[in-house]
Amino acid sequence: MAITAQIEREGLLAVIRRRYFSSLSNAILSIVSFALLAYIFWTVFDWAILSAVFSDAGGPEACQQTDGACWAVIDSRWRLILFGLYPHEEHWRSGLACIVVVLMTVLSCIPRFWSGKAISIIWIGGFATFYFLMKGGIFGMPLVDEQQWGGLSLTVFIFVSTALVGMPLSIVFALLRRSELPWISRLTGLIIDSVRSLPLLTILFTFAVVLPFVLPDWASGDKLYRVILGSALFFAAYQAEIIRGGMQAVPKGQEEAAKALGIRYGARIRRILLPQAFKSALPATINQFVITFKETSLVIIIGFFEILASGNAAYGRGEWTFAYVEVYTFIALIYFAFVFSLSRYGAYLERRMDIGDR
Amino acid sequence: MIRLWNNLKLRNTALQVAYVGGFVALVLGMALVARANLDELGIISGFDFLFKSTGWKVSFSLIEFTASDPYWRVLLVGFLNTLFLAAIGLVLATVIGVIVGMARTSSNDLARLLGAIYVETFRNVPLILQVFFWYAVFTRFPGPRQAISLADGMFLSSRGIYVPGLNITGLSAFLGIVVFLAGLGVIVWITAAQRFRRMEPARKTRLRLLILAAAALLMAAIFWLGRLPDTPLVSIPALKGLNYRGGVRVSTELTALAVSIAIYGGSYIAEIVRGGFKAVGRGQIEAAQSVGLSAWQVFSRVRFPLALRAMMPILTNQYIWLVKATTMGIAIGFADFFMVVSISINQSGQTLELIGILMAGFLLINFTLAAVLNRINRAIALKGDQLRS
Repeated sequence: MAITAQIEREGLLAVIRRRYFSSLSNAILSIVSFALLAYIFWTVFDWAILSAVFSDAGGPEACQQTDGACWAVIDSRWRLILFGLYPHEEHWRSGLACIVVVLMTVLSCIPRFWSGKAISIIWIGGFATFYFLMKGGIFGMPLVDEQQWGGLSLTVFIFVSTALVGMPLSIVFALLRRSELPWISRLTGLIIDSVRSLPLLTILFTFAVVLPFVLPDWASGDKLYRVILGSALFFAAYQAEIIRGGMQAVPKGQEEAAKALGIRYGARIRRILLPQAFKSALPATINQFVITFKETSLVIIIGFFEILASGNAAYGRGEWTFAYVEVYTFIALIYFAFVFSLSRYGAYLERRMDIGDR
Repeated sequence: MIRLWNNLKLRNTALQVAYVGGFVALVLGMALVARANLDELGIISGFDFLFKSTGWKVSFSLIEFTASDPYWRVLLVGFLNTLFLAAIGLVLATVIGVIVGMARTSSNDLARLLGAIYVETFRNVPLILQVFFWYAVFTRFPGPRQAISLADGMFLSSRGIYVPGLNITGLSAFLGIVVFLAGLGVIVWITAAQRFRRMEPARKTRLRLLILAAAALLMAAIFWLGRLPDTPLVSIPALKGLNYRGGVRVSTELTALAVSIAIYGGSYIAEIVRGGFKAVGRGQIEAAQSVGLSAWQVFSRVRFPLALRAMMPILTNQYIWLVKATTMGIAIGFADFFMVVSISINQSGQTLELIGILMAGFLLINFTLAAVLNRINRAIALKGDQLRS
């Protein structure tokens, strides 16, 4: 708006001169930036669209004759990348399950559903739908074992279950850490700080490999669930500190007033402390979700066939070995779509809350 | 019973005993199960294995290591590799972050757009994907015979990057670099410490130059003393048969990791830099301009020092995160601390001891780094509220 008004008042050339050529250094900066932008844009556009091969009708040979992207590899292997080793006829279930999770995420971004009850119903309901769609065994859907899950839906499964287990755990951690009883708060602080100072990978590794050593056989469970537990513990240690920060932002008078009214501990936490704490911790919480989603990809190292591993498999063997850039770009775009929209949403919330506070 | 429960003091004690006792019982139970399992496998727990020889080699090592060396040495190799990779990654990420962050706060919208594209592209894609990507790129460089030659004596090939090096012993290289870094540290100390605040600026500059020259000379002298006999001091890589001889080979794994950590970390640090500059109050800059400081002076005397102070605490967290990210070396086979520990677990079966060492190692790195950075933060912190506008 402002810029069109400026152009009308001063004329286009004057505006350009003032904004981009006000001094020698500014002019150099403008020219270099413009050249770089034009170069990047043209290279990417030419590679990804103009000279690209989109259909795998010609096979890998068609790709080798052009300098552009070989999207044919995606056309030929997209099912492997997205669904992993999931049975071919049942792929629609895996796809539908992912759509359910996307819907669930979108729903929980709408302020109308921001109450403990509604969010819990959406997430537990969404997760149950996801799980039964993937696992099958009911409504005439054949049973598909967790070992066969893979690709995007495995990534999503690990992420959602991490959040579902980690979120309540983080609230418990935060409450224990701010407990008035010194030993409870100290021990919880020690646990949280030790988990936070370790890399996620070592925690995942410990849960996957070491836990069977120190637990009796009946308590070990499947490797997938142990890894989810480890990842949830890591998430909870970080999220607990975020919630604790939110709790510290709640004025002390709120809790004291509740105490003076004789409201019991449970109701005080549920009705007074947590809603206000979550409100101010919301942007940081969304940021933590974004980081957790990105870090889900680490399970590839523990040997799970999630989307990155299925991508490696898609170009690793056979005739597509040259097309690794396209496969990684495809996976990167999937991550980008999730992460970028979530973090934009977080930034939007932060701005909105800033306005509210002023 | 209810009367007892209502006794606040008693109840609090009971709760604490139950909580701490439950935790201790859990740990003890795990230890007992672990002992039973280990006995079954015939593994003797304890740290004696550290002095047994490993029987395997590592792909990359800063100190000499052979297959007959003991376990403690391989752990040290991994630890040093992690520190080495972290140091390279942190420095490169900071350089990229400062450049991109400056572009993001520039008054020129083309530069801002360029910075935004960089940050959004690399921050929204998981680091491990970028590691795999760069590793795939670097392993697909042409073989040594067709290697890409950058300048004379620098070659990019699928076996790694070859750069000219010095024919000196590892110890003297290490000592020389330490001496030089110590010199740089003293210079930073003179610049920042209270003790030298009253010193004349011209004398201070002279003192700093003197120390820099002394450190450089000392480093050169150490290198000269440690040179290998009967070889030229500078060795330039040259193609001999199927591979390069001479020079220094930077392995593909190390390059891929350093590049991806630098690019990914740079995008985060750029945002921190941007936030730091945004935190500098407009009034500060206007005041500096109105007392007649030049654009460069406004930047170097007012904007940058204030922004640095706003960045430091967040930067500390980011650095610690980046150090932890070096564990991704295991994905492509770089012998970092985590990978060395996990191979040792496979080979020796001393799971619990090695996990303990792994955790202790990372706690040590994190606490040291946090302590140093917090110390710097406290030393440069301003009293009062100059950061507000």
